[in-house]
Order: sequence, then structure tokens, then C-alpha cells
Amino acid sequence: MKTPLGMVRGLGSAKTGTEHWWLQRVTAIANIPLVLFLVVFILCHLGADRTALVASVKHPLIAIALIASFLSILWHMRLGMQVVIEDYVHGGWRIACLLGNAFFTIALGVAALYAILSMSFGA
Amino acid sequence: MVAFSLPQNSKVDTGKAWPKPEGGSLREFRIYRWSPDDHQNPRIDTYHVDMKSCGPMVLDALIKIKNEQDATLTFRRSCREGICGSCAMNIDGTNTLACLKSIDDVKGPVKIYPLPHMPVVKDLVPDLTRFYAQHRSIEPWLKTSTPTPQAEWKQSRPDRAKLDGLYECILCACCSTSCPSYWWNGDRYLGPAVLLQAYRWLIDSRDEGTGERLDNLEDPFRLYRCHTIMNCAKACPKHLNPAKAIAEIKKMMVERRL
Repeated sequence: MKTPLGMVRGLGSAKTGTEHWWLQRVTAIANIPLVLFLVVFILCHLGADRTALVASVKHPLIAIALIASFLSILWHMRLGMQVVIEDYVHGGWRIACLLGNAFFTIALGVAALYAILSMSFGA
Repeated sequence: MVAFSLPQNSKVDTGKAWPKPEGGSLREFRIYRWSPDDHQNPRIDTYHVDMKSCGPMVLDALIKIKNEQDATLTFRRSCREGICGSCAMNIDGTNTLACLKSIDDVKGPVKIYPLPHMPVVKDLVPDLTRFYAQHRSIEPWLKTSTPTPQAEWKQSRPDRAKLDGLYECILCACCSTSCPSYWWNGDRYLGPAVLLQAYRWLIDSRDEGTGERLDNLEDPFRLYRCHTIMNCAKACPKHLNPAKAIAEIKKMMVERRL
């Protein structure tokens, strides 16, 4: 029996949202050079064996660029997926999907970091 | 809430074909009908109107049908010249004002539905209660702390010009009900019409509540459900651009953080 205005005001403003919107754009800009780098990196290693690939990743600049690429792309992916979930998923599923989205991207990121670092610093 | 198919009680049936009137220049109108009283699903009734004795706009045809064929056909109208916003409805697939939509601009049968994704009161009359409450929630009036001046609150000509393209909004709800984000999250997203009005007060040089207004909009749902789909700008019968106003609000949000 809430009034229409009471329902619209609801729990009030979340006082957040701008950071999400802004970071989505920041990571989008960062992704332009980083994705270009990734494409070039992959093209340069087409057909290369593991030894050649590991040798490249041992170069600090390449390792850093790879790490930056994964962080920026995964971050952008998480923010974008969050928007899709908030748009289309309602009720209890929304929280489950948001949690899944967070865990999935963080797991991917940690795995990617581990792989790059182990190649970079490994024997 | 996202729905890919209509609920059972909203599935639209074929309705009655009303007898054709006399006349050689007939146009066909297919109009959505639903009444809360008869516990039936909505239906599409077919009417024919002789254009030789009818005005040029869709609203003229609706009034003629109501006067001469079917007095139960229910729709809102008042000014019949695009100022009151009462006759907003979905004509030929686009939300617009029936009084400004020329019948000649429609090819084939003229299909008329109520504004999309709103509760229907009857036939072409949507329930706009929540839409008006959302407008109320942005406090669309001048907010000041400075003592009221003896004469008027002064505003320079350039500052006044900033309200052009905003003050003309007549709150017909064509834009908000054309927005998919508003369809799916209309309970929390304020929608283009209300956000354009919010910006109208944010940009008003006389208003002293800008920060507080931005605080109230700083929300993933109230503001950030806008994904620049631009249906709002396409639908607006007054040729305003709510999407641009929303983008300006987002820029203000960033500006106060950087």
C-alpha cells in the first residue's frame, strides 16, 4: 500500500554508478592499444613452439603488456557483463549472476596472471 | 521485467470488423481494444473511415470513429494541437501524438496501440501513475537557499538559452515508453522524459540544488540504465533529444569527481 512516490523513491539513491560508467570508458580506451598489441603478439607467434613463446614472455615489456591486457580486458568484460545482468536479470537471480560474473572474471584474471608470471620467471 | 512473450491474459485476439461506412475513399484502422470490465483478452478491432469527410490527422479519425461508429472506443485527447500530450499512443509502430500524426504518412492499415509496456486502463489509455510519480521524485521546481529577491531571479540570455530544447517537453511519455531500458527496469530507471526534466533543472542557472539533484540521480538504475539506444529521440513528437540531456547529466557526474 505504498504511495506511487514512495515506490519510486524506494530505498533511495545508491550514490554510486558513475565510477562504473567511467571505468567502463577508461578500460575501453586502454583496450584499444592493448588489444592491438595482443593481436600483433598472437600473429608473431603463429606456429611458434612453446620454447619460442616462453622466450618472448620472458621479456619484461611483453610480460607487462600481457598482464595489462588481461587486467584491462577482463575488467572491461566484468563491467559490461554487469550491465547486461542488471538490465535483464531480475529477482534473486540477479545477485547470483553478479556473484558468478565477479568470480568468473577474477578466476580468469588470477589464472592468466599465474600463467604469464610462471612463464616470465619460470625456468 | 524482461519478457519475451506476452502473459496469457495479454495475448491479443482478432476483434470485431465494424461495418464499412458509405464513401469511396476509405482507410482501414486497426485499433487495440481492452476493457477491465469484461474479463476478456485484448483484441484488435477493424474500422473504416471515409477520408473525404475526415480531418487529416489520426486523432481526427479516432474522434470520427467514436462519434459515428463506436462510442465505446476510449482514448485521451484534449488540445488536438500537440501541446497537451494527452493523445500519446503507438501509431504504425512508433510512439507519437495522434493529433500530430498525419494519416497520409502511414502506408496500409493504420495500426493503433496504447503506449507500450504500461498498464492499460482501457483501450488506448495507459496508466501513467508511476511516470508522474517519477517526475515528482526529481522535484521539478526551482530550489534555492538564497533569500528570495525583491523582484525576480535574474538569468542571463545565454543561461536562458540553455533551457531551449528542454522546456518544450510536454510529458506525453512517448519517449519513456519507447525505451527498452524503461520497459525492463521502469520500476527503478527514471526514463528519458523524467531525466530530460531533471537536466532542465540541473542546467538552470538560478537553481541552487544542483549537487543535491545529482546526488539523487547517482544510481546504477535511476540514471545509468540509459545505454544511448536513442529510441527516445526518434519517438519525441516535439523533436527533443532526451538521450543528449542524459549524456549531459553523465558528464556532470564525471565533472564533479575529476
